Amino acid sequence: MVLVKDINCHHAVGLIGEYLEGKLPRRDRRRLEKHLAGCDACSAYLEQMRATIALAGSVGPDDLSTEALDALLNVFDNYQRENRENGEDVSGAS
Amino acid sequence: MSKSATVSHVDDEELLGRFLGGDRDAFRTLVVRYQPTVLQIARYYVNSAATAEDVAQDTWIAVLKGAERFEGRATFKTWLFRIVANRARTTGTREKRQVPVDPTDPVSGDRFNTEGMWKEPPASFTDLLADGEANVQLAAAVRTAIAELPEMQRSVVTLHDVEGLSTSEVASLLELSEANARVVLHRARAHIREVVERVAKGGS
Repeated sequence: MVLVKDINCHHAVGLIGEYLEGKLPRRDRRRLEKHLAGCDACSAYLEQMRATIALAGSVGPDDLSTEALDALLNVFDNYQRENRENGEDVSGAS
Repeated sequence: MSKSATVSHVDDEELLGRFLGGDRDAFRTLVVRYQPTVLQIARYYVNSAATAEDVAQDTWIAVLKGAERFEGRATFKTWLFRIVANRARTTGTREKRQVPVDPTDPVSGDRFNTEGMWKEPPASFTDLLADGEANVQLAAAVRTAIAELPEMQRSVVTLHDVEGLSTSEVASLLELSEANARVVLHRARAHIREVVERVAKGGS
């Protein structure tokens, strides 16, 4: 049996990134989990990280400027027109 | 009822089918949904914002031309991001970026005492997240935090946490090793967490 050496908060925080991605080697994971079980501050930090990730996932894409959107809609219109001119009705029943 | 009012919660793949049939609103929805990330990927590989916009526009043309051949083996999103990454890579004029090899501390060392214990424990975000008004403020702070990140961190965190791609997909799109993608991801998240914590403290 490997002796599990205690880690302090500073070390624990450094391991949490890989822990969240499920990439922490087993030995480090055990050391971290042991630390977390006895440390409210680091548990709060872990929860902050989880909340941060959830927030990033909820922000959605940036807003697009009207000009940028119009430019791309022009691309679409031109493409449709070219296709029609080539004798292909891409618009379906209209 | 106009199509644009109903179209925003529709699956990407269905929107693809609709715009193949000539539905402009379906195309519009996909552009609104993905153009910012498409631009982000382009910007990762090319030098200037103008070139990135050209690459992004070419990408949408490629989507229009290639949509019929989309086989659904990947999601539309992954397919789209691969197109822009490939195009930007071939256009790419940027020097290869250095990936930081040594992970830095995710939290500034001065938050800990000489025994390595927190001087002041981190505050819980739980109450804040349950508060609708604070949530709007936090979402804005997170957007700003992401926007101010260096290019590589911004690309990784956008693709991984905002768009929900896996580390291996992110690594492949950005030509990084998975380990490096994770190092960059941890850095980006550490910065965002710091910003959220600042807002959390200021708000209470």
